[in-house]
Order: sequence, then C-alpha cells, then structure tokens
Amino acid sequence: MAAAGAPPTEAKAAPAAEPILRMRRIVKEFPGVQALAGVDLDVLPGEVHAVVGENGAGKSTLIRILGGVHRPDGGEILLRGQPVAIPTPRRARELGIAVIHQELNQVGPLSAAENLFLGDEPRRWRWFMDWDVLRARAGALLDALGVPVDPRARVDLLSVAERQTVEIARALSLKADILVMDEPTAALTLEEVDRLFTIIGELRARGVSVIYISHRLEEIFRVADRITVLRDGHYIGTYAAGEIDMDGLIQRMVGRRLTEKYPKAPISSGPPRLAVRGLTAEGLFWDVSFAAHGGEILGIAGLVGSGKIEVAHAIFGMIPLDRGEIDVEGRRAAIRSPAEAIALGIGLVPEDRKTLGLVLGMSVRDNLTLPSMGRISAAGVVRKDKERALVEEAVRRLDIRAHGRDQVVRDLSGGNQQKVVVAKWLEAGATILLLCEPTQGIDVGAKVEMYRLMVELARAGVAVVMISSEMPEVLGMSDRILVMHEGRISAELTRGEATQEKILASASGRPDRGAAGR
Amino acid sequence: MAQPDVNAVGEAPARPAPAPVRLNLQRFGLTIAFVTLVAALALLSPSFLTAENLLNVARQVSINAIIAAGMTFVILTAGIDLSVGSLLALAGAIMAGALKGGVPFALSLLAGLAAGAGFGVVNGLAVAYGRVAPFIVTLAMLTIARGATLVYTGGRPISDLGPAFDWLGGGDLGGIPVPVIIMVLVFAAAYVMLTQMVVGRYVYAIGGNAEAARLSGVNVSRYTVLVYALSGLLSAVAAVILTARLDSAQPTAGLGYELDAIAAVVLGGTTLMGGEGSIGGTLLGAFLIGVLNNGLNLLNVSSFYQQVVKGLVILLAVLIDQRLRRRGGRRRAA
Repeated sequence: MAAAGAPPTEAKAAPAAEPILRMRRIVKEFPGVQALAGVDLDVLPGEVHAVVGENGAGKSTLIRILGGVHRPDGGEILLRGQPVAIPTPRRARELGIAVIHQELNQVGPLSAAENLFLGDEPRRWRWFMDWDVLRARAGALLDALGVPVDPRARVDLLSVAERQTVEIARALSLKADILVMDEPTAALTLEEVDRLFTIIGELRARGVSVIYISHRLEEIFRVADRITVLRDGHYIGTYAAGEIDMDGLIQRMVGRRLTEKYPKAPISSGPPRLAVRGLTAEGLFWDVSFAAHGGEILGIAGLVGSGKIEVAHAIFGMIPLDRGEIDVEGRRAAIRSPAEAIALGIGLVPEDRKTLGLVLGMSVRDNLTLPSMGRISAAGVVRKDKERALVEEAVRRLDIRAHGRDQVVRDLSGGNQQKVVVAKWLEAGATILLLCEPTQGIDVGAKVEMYRLMVELARAGVAVVMISSEMPEVLGMSDRILVMHEGRISAELTRGEATQEKILASASGRPDRGAAGR
Repeated sequence: MAQPDVNAVGEAPARPAPAPVRLNLQRFGLTIAFVTLVAALALLSPSFLTAENLLNVARQVSINAIIAAGMTFVILTAGIDLSVGSLLALAGAIMAGALKGGVPFALSLLAGLAAGAGFGVVNGLAVAYGRVAPFIVTLAMLTIARGATLVYTGGRPISDLGPAFDWLGGGDLGGIPVPVIIMVLVFAAAYVMLTQMVVGRYVYAIGGNAEAARLSGVNVSRYTVLVYALSGLLSAVAAVILTARLDSAQPTAGLGYELDAIAAVVLGGTTLMGGEGSIGGTLLGAFLIGVLNNGLNLLNVSSFYQQVVKGLVILLAVLIDQRLRRRGGRRRAA
C-alpha cells in the first residue's frame, strides 16, 4: 500500500506529491489506426483521476495498456518512480493495478466469496479448499466496504452494484493501490451511484488512486479530483476539477463548440398516434395512461427500476399486459408480439443495442433490412434493387459512417450502431418510435446527432417517445414529460414547467418537496 | 506536451479509412486443403483421378452431403440436430414398409419424406416452444426414432424393393448418377434459400442474435421449427438414396451419421455458435471427408486406421481454419 516515497497521510500535507503512476508519451497503433499518439497520464496517490473523451479518443486503449492487455508501441510507464513493463494482466495485478471492466469478469454460478479469491483460494493441506477461511475473509472484505453482500450468494443472482462491490473487494484483497474503473455507473440506480461514490471516497481516504472512466460528465465533476482529456488519440490536457466547467470540458473533448446541445425546435403536434389507458403488468407497472402525438417528443423520466422501460416493452408486445387498452391511430390494438407491434407502425430502440437492438455479426445492410423483409421481397426472394435503395436511403438520411454496406455492425462505433437501430425502424415505416435510453454509451457528438434526428423525425410526423434516465436530455428534448415512480406515473409536466428538481422529486415519490423547493 | 488548440471550431469528423481488402482466407484455407488432398491422392493412386472413381466419390458423398445441408441450417441458428441418423433409418423403414405393403411407389416415398419432416417438426417445436436445449431434444429424438424403427421393423431389414426404387440409388441421367443429381438440386435450393431468400436472412439473424431478431419482428419460433423440419426432411431424402442403393431398409442404417454431417458443416467454416457460415463450405467439407475416405480405401489403408486418420484431418483442418480466421477477422462467408 505505502508508496516508495511519502506515505499517503503525508501526501495530503505535501502539495506536490510524487505521482504514483506516470504514463509518458504512450503510443499505440493498430492496423490502420493510430489509437494513441503520445498520451500522458499522471496519477497522484489517493486521488480520483477521471479520463474523458469521446468514443474512439483512446481511453480504452490507454486502460488496456495499463492493465497489461495491450503493449504500447512507444513511451514509458513509471510506477512509484520506477520504469516498468506490463506485458500481461497478471503482471499488472502483481504491480498493484486492478482494472474493473464494464463487463464484470466473474463466474456467475460461483459465490461472491469464491469469485473474490478466484485463482488465489485459501487452501488447507495444499489440495483442499479452506471454506471457513474463504468465507470469513470474504465477509470481512465486503463488510469493510459497508455494503451488505452475502459472501455465499451466487454472483449471477446479485445486482450489478453488488457485483461491482465484489470486484472492488477483490482489488482490495490483492492490495491494489491503483484501481481503474471503466464506466462503473452505466447500469446503476441513483442510490447505487451514491453508494459507489461513498466507497470511492473511502478508497481515496485509504490512499488508493482511482482512475475513473465515464461518459457521464455530471458524475465526473462529483467524484473526480483531476480530469485528463483525450481526443482522437491525442493528449489534450489535465485539469483540476475546480478549474474547468462542463462546457469547457465538452469543448476540449469534441474540439469544437457544440452550439446547441439540445437542438429542440417547436413543432406543432398532430393527432394522437398512440394512446394507452390503464396499462398494468402486475409487479412491473400499474394504471399507466398517456397519449403520444405525431410531431411530439414525449419524455418519460424515472429512476432505474421505475417501470418506464417495461411500459415501452409492453406496448411493443415484449411483456404481456394484465389490463389496459392500446389505441394506435385511433383504433383499438391487441399487441401480443413485436411482430404485431411492427405491423401497426411501432418501432422500439431498445436500451441495450448490443444484445437487443442489433445482430452484431451481421452487416449494416442485413441489420437495416431485417424488419422490412416483407416490403423488399417477392415470393420470399429478396429483391436486390429494392434492398439497395432502402439501404442507401437509410445510410444517407442518418449519415451512418461505415466502410461499406457489408461492414459488420460489431465494428461500428456506438453512435453509428445506434443510428443503424433507428434507421431500420424508419425504413420499416414506423410512425411511433419508442426510444429506450437512446444515448446510453454514445459520445457527446453522436448524442447531439441523435437529438437532431429525433427533431427531424418529429417534424416528419412521427410520435417520438423517449424513455431516459438522463435528466438533462429529458429536460432538453421533450415537449411533455411523464415521470414514473415505482411503476406509476407520478407527474406530467409541460416543457415550460419542468425543472430538474421537480422531475427528481416526482421520480423519488416526493412531488410536493420539489414544488416547495422552487 | 503542447496544448493543442481546443478552439478549432467545426473540425470535420474523421471519416473512416477505406476497409483493407481482405481475402476470404477461411474459405481459401479449406480449398487449399482440398486441392492438396486431391493432388496427393492423384499422385499416390493412378485410379483416383478417373471419371469412374470421381463419380463414385460423388455418389458416396451424396448421402452425408444432403444430411449436412439440413444440418447447416440448424447450426446456423445456433442449434444442433443429433437425430438425423435415426430419422434416416425411420424414414427408410417407412418407405420400404409401405412399398412392401402395396402402397404405390410415389406415395411410399412421400410417406417417408413426411415422416422425416414430421419428426423434425417435433424437434423444432420442443426447441422453439418447449425451450429445451437443441442438444437434449435431438438426443432424445435420436433414441426415440431409433427405437421406433426397431419396433416397426422388428429389428429385421426390409428388402427387395423393386426396380423403380433401385433406379434412385443406382441409376443415372446422361451418365450422372441419380444420387449426385439429387445432391446438386438440394444444394442449389439451399444456396438460393440462404443467399437470396428472406428465410436465409432470418436464419442468420436468429443464429447471430435471436432476441434482436425477435424484436425486429422475425417470428423466431416459426423459423426454428422450419429449420428442424428441413433437417428431418433432408434426412429422409438421404434415406431414399441409401435404401435404394442397398435395395433394403436396415433398422441400424445411419448409425453415427450425425457426426459426419456435423464434421462436414464445421469443416465448411460454419461456427457452432451460429450466425456465421455458408452452404458452399458444407459441400466442400462433405467432399473433403468423402475424398479422404475414398483415397484411404484406394491406398488400402485398413478401416481401423481410416477412422484415426479421418479424425486427425478434421482436427487439423479446423485448427488451421481458426488460425486463418483469427487473422482474417471475423467475417461471414455468404
């Protein structure tokens, strides 16, 4: 734990502490791509150091080099002042560097305790597991983080936040003094994020350095001491969190001013395209009623677990309803499957494009045409001319950037993948679009493009329903906002009257407090 | 480090570089292996490269290739069909039994084909709606269909099936053996289905990501049933050829055929994970196995050693294939 130089307690006193980690002019090339062109990163003991940049800026590559996954083509790494080579992930762990990936590397059917000590199990008589010691040590480590996780619980039955806690405990058990967290809050509820930040504060107090990667800039200002910005593989600068604001940060990340982050334009709304009354799926949501009009962007806000995503899934025929009515274009509709929803002109952009939205191994073309097969085929045979026309139109309309129509979507950036998901519904003729967390995991520039697209769609008469946990985009993009709390609609706000406080209060089930607060 | 100008407004977003031209190394690798094998056999055995022998190879390959064509559809959806050998035996017994029982020729054939497809549908229903793993469903069907065949035949072969049936196995059209013609037709149809038709697109999509396919409006269950039905049907088509060639339906016919079919599919570059592969590869894979069998026979290698050699070749071919694939990137050969 203690660095070669000053112990962490004195680091606070000394203003210019020696960095525990220095990455100097790191260069990494992949075939055809300069991923890193001389990037620096200095991390002080006991600081939370955020690394930000758009997708493709080189954050992940930098982290993989630090974690021993990739080897740099140039530059040097100094750990506690000593030059080191990190050829393997194992070496990284030995050097006290622990990486918590977004996709947690855990063995689902094993218990929390077993995962904690995987590869380093306490033994008895050399060949036997020492279960008592294993459980006791796991319990102690988890308790120290202040989160009640049962060491005997199967890891795949734990929540994401609990699984993350297990990973952090594992890093501590390995005596890591540099902890890298890659998008740790992507799947956490607000309460869980708060708890995570408490844990991070705890780690900082112990002198552990945390390298924090996130797309959520609001969080970065909450948790980080210093921020390093990368853009297109280049080092842009390192800033103390107090000396830079959000706009300045975004500007440095994208290299241009985003004149209008939320390009919302007023559009006169038409007749209701979708009207639901009393939708209920027991255990998920109750008595949900609303209408979505053509030309309108209807925002549905709420915390993770409020049932907002499930409402969209139910309208799309993925979840059976217990009660309630759905009218599409003024006519009663019975929707029992996604296929039936699609036939009625409903499209759904799911919250997880990789597992639900796309067939990653298929080409841009094949993904785009998947819901439109009936329209571009005759007697079961695909008409190549119609197919080509459809694909070209989609690529042009949404400015999808791919090497070609045959490029596998797995290789596209997050923003372009999301465009493919939206495009396939446009080409399928959707007039009602349900967008679930439409900008999750895509970079700032692509977000703005997605917002522009939503406005363009609304202008074309599509009813856009945006379900989002990101408060600023709900506020910035919606004509009307529904707030959900524990499976029920707790507030309906117009664009004019909505504020962050009101939404948050209603989402937490305390609407009066928000009203009083203003 | 110099601070780059952060106010460079409106910087054009970097357009991706043109994709590097990638040879389809995977397909290429299998072709090389095949050509090498043919060349080696031609050198070692003068009787190998004769028209008579090559047609003979094609005739021998036809049964496995036809089963493997159905298996390709199933594996592309990330499934597996272990019941093909048993379904072959059952379909053959039903055809032969019907024929001996006085049912007209065409109707007897139809009964056998319908049995194959019907049992395939049962497989598909259990997989799609019962949500049982394909391995388990078709393993159970392997036993059920084999047992049913033994019950139906009383464990005895049904022989002497008449000249019309004989022609399907031993006859020819313009010098081309009938089984080879059937094989060509099956593969042509499979190729059109997988590359030109909506079904094919859905099969790849289901194997690549069944949930995403369902959310795109694909009736995943229906197409899952369809691929198992197709696999059962093609097992029955193979049964026609085998029964005709032997002039007899054997209750133990088709034992272990599922493994040869899977080997042909995998050798052909289709991954067991689903979503990637091609019907052309399967044909090549079936021929690789067939040529190997034929060559080892011509060279008088004992049948005991033949099994060892065949296994080694399969292992080696797939090892090399994966190397090439990793280098060439993950691509699907249409």
